[in-house]
Amino acid sequence: MKKHRYIPMTQQNERDMLAAVGAESIEDLFVDIPKNVRYEGTLPMSSALDEAGLLRHMTRLAGKNADSDRYASFLGAGLYDHQVPVVINHVISRSEFYTAYTPYQPEVSQGELQAIFEFQSYICELTGMEVANASMYDGATAMAEAASLASAATRRKKIVIASTVHPETREVVRTYAYGLGIEVIEVGFDNGVTDLGKLESLIDGDTAAVLVQSPNFFGAVENVRAISDLVHAQKGLLVVGANPLSLGLLEAPGKLGADITVGDAQPLGISGSFGGPTCGYFAVSKALMRKIPGRIVGQTTDKNGKRGFVLTLQAREQHIRRDKATSNICSNQALLALSASVYLSIMGRQGLIDVCDLNLKKAHYAAKQLSGIQGVELAFSSPFFNEFALKLPEGTDINVLSEKLLEEGFIGGYNLSREYPELGSVMLIAVTEKRSKEDIDRFAEILEGSL
Amino acid sequence: MNTSLDLTAPTLVDAKEDCALIFELSQPGRVAYSLPECDVPTTEDEVSSWLPDEFKRSDAAALPEVSEVDVIRHYTGLSRRNFGVDNGFYPLGSCTMKYNPKINEDVARYAGFAKIHPYQPVSSVQGALELMHTLQTDLAALTGMDAVTLQPAAGAHGEWAGLMMIRSYHEARGEKRTKVIVPDSSHGTNPASATVAGFETVTIPSNAKGMVDLDLLRAAVGSDTAALMLTNPSTLGLFEEQIVEIAEIVHEAGGLLYYDGANSNAIMGITRPGDMGFDVVHLNLHKTMSTPHGGGGPGAGPVGVKSILIPYLPAPIIEKLENGSYDFAAASPHSIGRVKAFYGNFGILVRAYTYIRTYGPDGLRRVSECAVLNANYMMARLKDYYEVPFAGPCKHEFVMSGSGLKKYGVRTLDVAKRLLDFGYHPPTIYFPLNVEECIMIEPTETESKETLDGFIDTMIRIAKEAEEDPELLLNAPYTTPVTRLDETNAARKPVLNCACS
Repeated sequence: MKKHRYIPMTQQNERDMLAAVGAESIEDLFVDIPKNVRYEGTLPMSSALDEAGLLRHMTRLAGKNADSDRYASFLGAGLYDHQVPVVINHVISRSEFYTAYTPYQPEVSQGELQAIFEFQSYICELTGMEVANASMYDGATAMAEAASLASAATRRKKIVIASTVHPETREVVRTYAYGLGIEVIEVGFDNGVTDLGKLESLIDGDTAAVLVQSPNFFGAVENVRAISDLVHAQKGLLVVGANPLSLGLLEAPGKLGADITVGDAQPLGISGSFGGPTCGYFAVSKALMRKIPGRIVGQTTDKNGKRGFVLTLQAREQHIRRDKATSNICSNQALLALSASVYLSIMGRQGLIDVCDLNLKKAHYAAKQLSGIQGVELAFSSPFFNEFALKLPEGTDINVLSEKLLEEGFIGGYNLSREYPELGSVMLIAVTEKRSKEDIDRFAEILEGSL
Repeated sequence: MNTSLDLTAPTLVDAKEDCALIFELSQPGRVAYSLPECDVPTTEDEVSSWLPDEFKRSDAAALPEVSEVDVIRHYTGLSRRNFGVDNGFYPLGSCTMKYNPKINEDVARYAGFAKIHPYQPVSSVQGALELMHTLQTDLAALTGMDAVTLQPAAGAHGEWAGLMMIRSYHEARGEKRTKVIVPDSSHGTNPASATVAGFETVTIPSNAKGMVDLDLLRAAVGSDTAALMLTNPSTLGLFEEQIVEIAEIVHEAGGLLYYDGANSNAIMGITRPGDMGFDVVHLNLHKTMSTPHGGGGPGAGPVGVKSILIPYLPAPIIEKLENGSYDFAAASPHSIGRVKAFYGNFGILVRAYTYIRTYGPDGLRRVSECAVLNANYMMARLKDYYEVPFAGPCKHEFVMSGSGLKKYGVRTLDVAKRLLDFGYHPPTIYFPLNVEECIMIEPTETESKETLDGFIDTMIRIAKEAEEDPELLLNAPYTTPVTRLDETNAARKPVLNCACS
């Protein structure tokens, strides 16, 4: 391998540069690596392909996957099949954005810095919180960081998390909590929402925070205000995980008493990509501003008084504080945060209301049609947004059903019995604005015929 | 002078104007969205019965009302006020700002990769699982490790996941080991990750050659040592020649060795962390494997481990079944648990896999050879103009000091700001912390000799300017959309959003 399209080094360059260095060969540059740890031979890795061959190979791999362009999806469970406005791909394909690093040099990074500032503004506006950061890895790690922040801010070592929070989020929270020495207690549910009586009995003076998700993993809307009262009575903090798209319809967590609001911005114009990369968001009350993890952009002025933007409040961060930092996070999901910002710019004030209205109506139509099937009913009667739990006849094998639906061109719902075996055969169904009445009716027909 | 991004050119004059916030462009009644008509029958009574009023939003979110053209012009305008690798040379040390191949971007957007759901039946995502399984195997071979998890979303995330595995390993053996040792040249994420994993950090100073001081290391290790975290080559661009002894010292004390793979671009196919004695390694796919940095992310930080740590790997791992199909392996009961939702940053994994397949193993070795030659060439040409504290050969990057300019009242920061006027992104500055007025340069293999020469000549010119006309540097830059910004006031009186409503 002497020539490659990404490597401009010619043989003449190599000779000239080695001469400038005073080396005879490239091997001379590696004399500092002890012989006994040198790798001899060719690594047993995948071989090189030319461009056409590589495109064929990748097309073949991609072709083995059932994508949501070819299949109508009723699958959500934390990752949703919304319409992604075509404009977004054009914006994030601007290589000035995607080939840049974290904006360390603000004079040549005003575009990214302003984009992040606008993202922070969007998140504050949606959540009703006062401060948002530049983004986190995903919604699950954002909630884990929220638990960490709450524990540090209250100097308490116990958190209570609702079992209606996404199961994978709860797992991630537990992993982080173990590292930080935080005790995690789960509170159960009643009719698909957090059991407030049980919750009250679990909160005490050692409780750093209560962590809930609304709409929760079952799609049901939690009574956030009531939960807020319970945790604040013990001077703990309230952490709310919220689907940001749903906030076009549902009350902003900041108005319901949330101290920290987190979530995943995936529904805002980010494609599924098998679960990542998505974009966690993280927003707090002003009191917690200097304890927030991750990057934050602030507005300032330059020497001529002109408006500009910089990374700020960096005294919290790992590159300054090292082991005393509020978090070890270094990167963020800037390009996906940009996707979310472009989505909200496209939707605007009315578009976000309208898309929520469509999700609400189509999901409720689907719930009505599906629960009308003999032996099928809604698992819960709590209010929901665009996702609901559907109880199928006892003994229905949801995995077999999902394969049957695939054959008919549908990606079925999530098998809730995987994580909640006590519920029996229950499928979690998500219905976005992309599903037509025809999709829903046909889905109901196939489901009925498959039971 | 590099003219690839001459910010004084008339075509870019508008980039110097203040760029309105998207919220400031709003005109009531204007729209940029397209949604379907509602095609399901509903009645008003029904709709109002679905959600209690107290759950509904009281005030509509004050999002801007703009047209699609406004959106495109706005973000295109922002992009023109931003500098990426495609705009010009970006020698940011320890960040490996290599060219981001376009084929990676194209294939990652294939519907079969971009529009699939993590909970689809495994029968319907066999291509995705095959790709992940192959990538796991390739990265294990590259690093000399026995197994790889693709879960972590970034380097720091991988560090923490690796340290959590180390912690579980010691705990399973009934040992309480609380300390993680890092050299003073380490990335800030190392000690920060140690804290999040519940460890205390012990920092040991480097010796005069920029290497780990073995005596200090021997004095630091003990029955409480959980691990040593090392970047090799280090952030000084130097290979730890005594790595085998270092590994022995740590292992003899019962600790494990963590390899921060940030600098892997120097060693692909030449040496492997597994062969040096490391037990855990993370790779930054957004550095070594050319996936774009995205203005701060997304990245991906897969972690490789030796067999002793396999039981602790975060769930899930992809396995190949005897019938040739792929599935998620059941989590080990000793697993540290889950570190991220779903299966890592899959879209980034697709790009990294694509990159690996453009090179193959021999090509990746050539990548490292050229990255190292480029760095040594730059160091050789610049050493008479800036202080080079550690003699070569360096690996993929090297450090210099701007302290020689202090006598003119000029600092490294001023050199960096002046570079902006010539269309270059400055190197990393003031890191690592153990070099005064540090300038850390990493050219990568994708830059030509002409590009390197252009940058070197500019650095020499700036050194001369510092001597002859220091004011020129102190007030730089001149050609950028804004001049130096007031960072003190930004932190003192934070304005962190536009407070639209």
